[in-house]
Amino acid sequence: MINGTVIDLSRLQFAATALYHFLFVPLTLGMSFLLAAMETVYVTTGRPIYRRMAMFWGRLFMINFALGVATGLTMEFQFGTNWSFYSSFVGDIFGAPLAIEGLMAFFMESTFIGLMVFGWHRLSKGQHLAVTWLVALASNLSALWILVANGFMQDPQGAAFDPTTMRMHLTSFQDLIFSPDAQSKFVHTSIAGYVTGAIFVAGVSAYYLLRNRHVELAKRSFRMAVLFGVLATIGVVTLGDALGFVDAQAQPTKLAAMEGLWKTEPAPLPLNLIAFPDQAQQRNHGAVQIPAVLSLLETHSLDGTVPAIDALERQAVRQVEDGIPAVQALQTLSRNPEDPAALAQFNAHREDLGYGFLVQRYAPDLTRVTPAEIRQAARDSIPPVAAVFWSFRVMVGTGLAMLAFFVLATLYSLRNRIQEKPWLLKLAMGMIPVPFLANEAGWLVAELGRQPWTVYGVLPTWMSVSTHSVGYMAFSLIGFVALYSTFIAIEMYLMVRTIRIGPPEARGPRGPQPRPRPMPAGGAFATAPHAARTGD
Amino acid sequence: MNGYAIAQIIWWLLLGVLLVGLAVMVGMDMGVGASLRYVGRTDTERRVALNIIGPHWDGNQVWFILGGGAIFAAFPLIYATAFSGFYVVMLLLLWTMILRPIGFEYRSRIGNPAWRGAWDWALVVSGAVPMVVFGAAFGNLFRGVPFHFEWNMTSFYTGGFLGLLNPFAVTTGVLSLAMSVMMGSLTVMNGAEGTMAARARGLAQVAGTVAIAVFAIDGFWVHSMAGYHWVSGPGPGIPQTPLQQAVITSPGAWFGNFTAHPVLWCVPVLGFAGMIGAILAARAKFSHLGWWSGALAWIGVIGTAGSALFPFMLPSSSDPSMSLTVWNSSSSELTLRWMIGFTVFFVPLILWYTGWAFWVMRGKITPDMVESDEHAY
Ligand code: HDD
Ligand code: HEM
Ligand code: HEM
Repeated sequence: MINGTVIDLSRLQFAATALYHFLFVPLTLGMSFLLAAMETVYVTTGRPIYRRMAMFWGRLFMINFALGVATGLTMEFQFGTNWSFYSSFVGDIFGAPLAIEGLMAFFMESTFIGLMVFGWHRLSKGQHLAVTWLVALASNLSALWILVANGFMQDPQGAAFDPTTMRMHLTSFQDLIFSPDAQSKFVHTSIAGYVTGAIFVAGVSAYYLLRNRHVELAKRSFRMAVLFGVLATIGVVTLGDALGFVDAQAQPTKLAAMEGLWKTEPAPLPLNLIAFPDQAQQRNHGAVQIPAVLSLLETHSLDGTVPAIDALERQAVRQVEDGIPAVQALQTLSRNPEDPAALAQFNAHREDLGYGFLVQRYAPDLTRVTPAEIRQAARDSIPPVAAVFWSFRVMVGTGLAMLAFFVLATLYSLRNRIQEKPWLLKLAMGMIPVPFLANEAGWLVAELGRQPWTVYGVLPTWMSVSTHSVGYMAFSLIGFVALYSTFIAIEMYLMVRTIRIGPPEARGPRGPQPRPRPMPAGGAFATAPHAARTGD
Repeated sequence: MNGYAIAQIIWWLLLGVLLVGLAVMVGMDMGVGASLRYVGRTDTERRVALNIIGPHWDGNQVWFILGGGAIFAAFPLIYATAFSGFYVVMLLLLWTMILRPIGFEYRSRIGNPAWRGAWDWALVVSGAVPMVVFGAAFGNLFRGVPFHFEWNMTSFYTGGFLGLLNPFAVTTGVLSLAMSVMMGSLTVMNGAEGTMAARARGLAQVAGTVAIAVFAIDGFWVHSMAGYHWVSGPGPGIPQTPLQQAVITSPGAWFGNFTAHPVLWCVPVLGFAGMIGAILAARAKFSHLGWWSGALAWIGVIGTAGSALFPFMLPSSSDPSMSLTVWNSSSSELTLRWMIGFTVFFVPLILWYTGWAFWVMRGKITPDMVESDEHAY
């Protein structure tokens, strides 16, 4: 039997390390495009200030990138170390996008990032620009493949369980990568990264503008960032709606939790703007509703409806009952893979195998399962409603707030009046943490909303863990917390310090000096006057 | 032999290619890290060493990530069982490895000597420990690892953490560390000048000599050890679980493949020849040649382990019949085929642009350059 504490600790550790990884990833995704855009302007117009911009933001980019890489290493190995049953059960399908991500994206990104940083004096302008674009492209490819993997967990397409090997097998690679869940997730998530990059660059530029430092550089950076940001935010909000639509099809329990829908009601469904869901009593307290909006959002029609939790739970009871013979047949097949009766029984009930696993948590011996245990398993099939509901509202709320900010900032910035609006600049600085919050909230929706499954409807979370002792799990969790807290402290310190120091050429109180950097011929490193700065 | 069996064998070979990529490229960077404080005595010298691999360490590290990803995709049962079984050691590997990206990126951002000294130590640890763990993991494959499966393939690891650091595993750990220090030193020799290059040259020869000695000792050791012998089971190219085979252990069984196919003796010979070649090249100051010779040595060493173990990948010491082999732990045929396609397309592409990146950044690194370039580590 698997110890409940081990399950909780494994979940906590995964959640902590993944949320932590995703503090750095969105900035990498977004800034890599902004860097490429800045450098493109430099190469097409030849104006050195854009080169300085690319170099300066590149320094901040690298501070962030280092932690993205470090924390990503943890993610790659954690499936094996902490989710070993999961890994062997779906590795056939899930491992492939992960490996392809390495082959296609990480290699490209990491190899060219070395040239992006060290190659300024060794590559021609055009070559360096190409390298920067490759980095941006690769970071998005890495998001694509990891989200194909994650999309499979949300909506397992292109796979089937094979009783001869006791694991899931790939049945169609095309279905796996073109799964609607994966595709819409990819677009939404990578654009969320662009929003993050845009807010970051705009916020830091606002800091300089408020202090009248590096004005030229900051003004241009600000303008590029908010233009990029306004487009990206519109994209995130529209595609967020599309994601909700996909969820309505593939993950009804998640959608019901996101919207706090306890009881089945006739269409058109109202939207719960605010509510305090109560899992024990299966109802909301203090709900503020807008009539008909939910039907519109989720079904794009007025008479559409989506299943509520009470109906989903009743359906889950039937599925658990149907899943029990499937698991029992599998136990026979494990001893004797040829047994024809067991095979027939398995095939008759295979659709609900996962629900059989769900109740095995309470009844390891399924011949003695009680109705109470079945009801408990069905109840488990509903995710934690309040957490999902509120994470979703945080994401949407912050998204709309950022949209408003970007629209204003774009208007003033295009009219070149941004410096006359210190409140807007202060707001821009204050916005810096907001997209990070939105991103984390989004993942909480996605991953908490998927509970109790690691692979929706197929593999319960409780079974997926490795059979470690509580001591091991506590040890590793403490280790990660200690390491990661140290890392973030160092990272924040370096970020703030690098921002304070500012772009190197313009260390005077105001504006840049027009002096271009000397560019030695023949591929040697530059000997710029400011350059020993870091070595002091 | 059916298509599935061929795909399984191709993947076993591809895994070898990826492991060699990992050992050569990551091993080189780890070697530079592990010997950082010996080869570089002043801060500037250490920065020279770091900047020699500076533009490449991140790309190289992806061999490590890809190694994990490829095992996951092609041999999910190995990925799951080994990584969870080796839990504490894996954490040791991971926690020391994640110091590296941060060490490279952050060390030079602040001039304070205590800051830099701390990161120097972090880089030494993050170079040495992972290489020892890699090597020790391989050593444990020969000893077998105590794990078994339940009816539904839940795996249970029943050994402790110290059991993984048994004397044989320690020697293989030392072998892997010595080889990586050798490769790292050859790299520094290639990229630095003067006294630094001289120190690296000496170290490369010492490390190479240690590697030769340990490789030879391990050969004799394995000969006297109980090896695993596959008796019966569904065999190649048939979908199965590890619950359906019979395996026994017998002394010297790890030499079975060599006895059956004497041509395999070329592989360990390549290992020795590569190491000797690297030492001689270092002595003659042909660092470039020495590096390539060292890469051949890695092929020889990893190839030797693979040839001895085949078809075993992760033998179980507590229930040998549940040992994981190429046949019972691979992915389905469809996955293997897709992944062969991707790997065969992308690995040459990767080698090509990695080669280009090294070519762009070629040449010596001098203290002057490091101190005058704002982008230098
Ligand atoms: C800047 C960040 C950001 C912003 C402003 C938004 N999102 Fe989001 N959202 C994410 C960042 C994000 C994310 C972190 O990228 C997630 C987590 C998982 C995923 O695929 O993307 C996500 C997930 C996510 C999901 C769950 C996906 C799943 O179940 O797998 C839904 C339904 C939405 N989003 C919908 C929205 C809507 C309607 C928004 C309207 C304002 C919105 N998001 C704004
Ligand atoms: C980087 C962004 C991600 C974040 C912030 C994130 C967040 C989380 C959280 C909060 C949980 C805990 C849910 C719970 O146990 O209640 C979780 C679980 C999990 N997630 Fe994610 N996740 C991310 C991406 C992914 C991706 C891309 C994958 C797969 C490729 C993945 C696979 C898993 C697995 C295997 C679990 C453990 C099983 C479970 O608890 O459901 N996650 N994640
Ligand atoms: C939970 C599953 C995840 C795993 C196993 C994982 C794995 C990794 C690894 C190993 C790295 C380091 C790569 C390097 O050294 O170059 C990394 C970095 C990165 N990851 Fe994640 N990651 C996960 C979640 C995500 C998600 C959800 C996204 C995007 C939506 C993402 C996008 C990135 C990006 C853009 C980087 C930047 C650095 C780079 O590509 O090198 N990752 N990740």
